[in-house]
Amino acid sequence: MKIDCRHVWSQVSDYIDGTVTPQEREAIERHLANCRHCSAVMDSTRNILVLVGDKRTFEVPVGFGERLHNRLQESMNEQKRGE
Amino acid sequence: MPWYGVSLNTEMNTRAIAGNDGERTATAAETSAREAAIIARILAGERELFHELIRPYERGLYVAAYSILQNEADAEDVAQESVIKAYKGLKSFRGDAKFSTWLIAITLNEARSRLRQTKGDQLDSLDDCDEDRGDYTPSVLADWRYIPSEQLERKELRQALQEAIARLSPEHREVLILRDVRGMSITETAEATGVNEGLVKVRLFRARLSMQKLLVPQLAPKQRGLMGWLTRKAGGR
Repeated sequence: MKIDCRHVWSQVSDYIDGTVTPQEREAIERHLANCRHCSAVMDSTRNILVLVGDKRTFEVPVGFGERLHNRLQESMNEQKRGE
Repeated sequence: MPWYGVSLNTEMNTRAIAGNDGERTATAAETSAREAAIIARILAGERELFHELIRPYERGLYVAAYSILQNEADAEDVAQESVIKAYKGLKSFRGDAKFSTWLIAITLNEARSRLRQTKGDQLDSLDDCDEDRGDYTPSVLADWRYIPSEQLERKELRQALQEAIARLSPEHREVLILRDVRGMSITETAEATGVNEGLVKVRLFRARLSMQKLLVPQLAPKQRGLMGWLTRKAGGR
């Protein structure tokens, strides 16, 4: 199976998720070995996802957990009083 | 863990547990069984255990709410309300999906409802109702030099990522956050968002390619001097 750059771009996400067929994977990898542009697209997408998935990218506000549990406790207490 | 090494946050799927042979990672099945036992005890009257039940997921609830609302105060409020709603409605949790997925689904619904209140019908985007991937052109470059995660210590890089995410449509942000930040599977993401798996994959494709397209032009030219760029933008750390 011979594929072009456009086809590779359409499969970047599924390839990263490992959900392409073995034949498709082989064709993509053959293409990537010979196309530095598509290879850079794949590498940059993966790299960006690694960064996005890092806990440091999204930090919760200071004291978030404490406020959450306090409000939950208030709600529990209210419910208890109402019974 | 997928082969490609994207360090997805897997706290939704696995939990570290201590055993005689040291710390190991609980499987999803073990986590579900443990949670089912805790839920049964809560429903039998040990209500305080609900605090422990939600503790592993509280960060995820905030991030899920933030992905839709893009506002810290609203996201925090919605996360709190969702937890209370989950507590009050725990009886209705049937265990068909994971507890964490159920909790995230409640949060997403609350966040969407909050957004509708503030932005009216603008939320009902129809940009990708079909499952067509369309003609998507990424940012094409000759090479890419890997940016290590340590660079996230720099506020400017975190900001660039957050700004790119903010520019995605709410639907695209949702799936990107659930799949690539929370580490949920495609199936779990579909269950939490209430759309089919095919549409989740299309949205994920568009979200990921959009991120690439938005960020590469910003980051690639600066890669050779990334440290210098970040330092200049920060005015030093």
